[in-house]
Amino acid sequence: MIHKYQYRDQYIVMDINSGAVHVVTDIIFDMLDHYKEKSVKEILELFQFKYEKNQILEAAEEIQYLIDNGMLFTDDSQITKGMLEGREAMIKAMCLHVAHDCNMTCKYCFGGQGAFDGQRSLLSLETGKKAIDFLLEHSGSRRNLEIDFFGGEPLMNFNVVKELVVYGREAEKPLGKNIRFTITTNGLLLDDSKADFINAKMDNVILSIDGRPEVNDNMRQTVNGRGTYDIIMEKYLSFVKKRKGAYYVRGTFTRENLDFSEDVRHLAEIGFKNISIEPVVTDPLRSYALQDEDKETIFKEYDKLTDIYLEYANKGEKFEFFHFNIDLNQGPCVVKRVSGCGAGTEYVAVSPEGDIYPCHQFVGNVAFKLGNINDVHFENRLYDEFNRAHIYNKEKCRDCWAKFYCSGGCHANAFHMNHDIRQPYELGCELEKKRIECAIAIKAIMSTDQ
Amino acid sequence: MKNIKTIAKPTLKKVAGKGCGECQTSCQSACKTSCTVANQECENTKRR
Repeated sequence: MIHKYQYRDQYIVMDINSGAVHVVTDIIFDMLDHYKEKSVKEILELFQFKYEKNQILEAAEEIQYLIDNGMLFTDDSQITKGMLEGREAMIKAMCLHVAHDCNMTCKYCFGGQGAFDGQRSLLSLETGKKAIDFLLEHSGSRRNLEIDFFGGEPLMNFNVVKELVVYGREAEKPLGKNIRFTITTNGLLLDDSKADFINAKMDNVILSIDGRPEVNDNMRQTVNGRGTYDIIMEKYLSFVKKRKGAYYVRGTFTRENLDFSEDVRHLAEIGFKNISIEPVVTDPLRSYALQDEDKETIFKEYDKLTDIYLEYANKGEKFEFFHFNIDLNQGPCVVKRVSGCGAGTEYVAVSPEGDIYPCHQFVGNVAFKLGNINDVHFENRLYDEFNRAHIYNKEKCRDCWAKFYCSGGCHANAFHMNHDIRQPYELGCELEKKRIECAIAIKAIMSTDQ
Repeated sequence: MKNIKTIAKPTLKKVAGKGCGECQTSCQSACKTSCTVANQECENTKRR
């Protein structure tokens, strides 16, 4: 399977099963539509008025070279069922909900303004420690483990976060594990003392903000209905100035800011170097929900964002846009690409009550509750269901060119839109494909410029 | 080659058994709502 597309003046060809990507001339781009079905003689006739004979013959030799060397029209024989479904159950990543409460009332919140459709509550230190013990106990042979302190707003329960980091650092030692701590915050309670702790102890920090002041304040408000931009921006700038480790400013775009490339530009202009702005996922009946008819507008916006990205890179002020990051030389292995995000298998979310769910977006949905960290004999009853929800078992993914990049998409989005984790959320797929095309085009343009 | 510049090698053909699983979970980095796996880094030094 190949996928070919033109981006500005770049002709790009992706060999899906091998991961090879080629930038080609217009002759090759045209010929590839026919190369498998027609002989070279027939192709010569087809393009006799467009290209010279020797040009076509030369191009045919180059195409054949790629085929002979496993870089074009390859099959997927390297992937086996045993590789995907015969894996031992191990949990390596936990989204730990330290606060089911929030000091903001963001309109698009999938967590029900912090409470996740339940009671407002904070994680106790005791339950938090048990959650860390649970992760260590169920991590099998995995060394690198991850805990993301999530909410609601985790800074509302920061003393517990601090104690848990100290506890985790001690508990990992005798087992030879390495826990990577991340925190996702809305920034309202960020102060120098918390910033210093986070800078010293957290491997990654996600700072939520949507972009321009009016865009952010439209969605992200305090409980009193006030905009939050002015409060959090000052704190984020001061934090990032001191930050030595990884961080992302992360926001959401909705139907109310389809010109979201300007939000990315705004964040880049201010000086943030790691930016993620994601499409809102919500009930399609909400006024701010993205609709199928917005697709073309959003595509054009990703093109604009590509230009902005290149503009900043060219003037020596490069920033990272999370969904344009792509490592073409050493990305994830094929097993990870087929199996996806790991929700419900190697990734779980834990509520303040210690209840375990396949991921943060399933928290509160009892049909997906996997158990509790206090269960003496925990067995993930949905392991097989999630483990088998890989791209070869999803009808819409099997023949999709993007399958090794998105890895089947988000299970939670699929469930919330189609009530089936094997039925991907179609608009999400379309946007993902566009982002991948932009990301690879950036690589192609940069490689041509070099 | 005159007509083709390869910018990514066929890395998916390098099979790493059942995967070492030491890489970061995509939703733990900066995602949380829209899955992209290909933008994660491989941490298996033996694959390099």
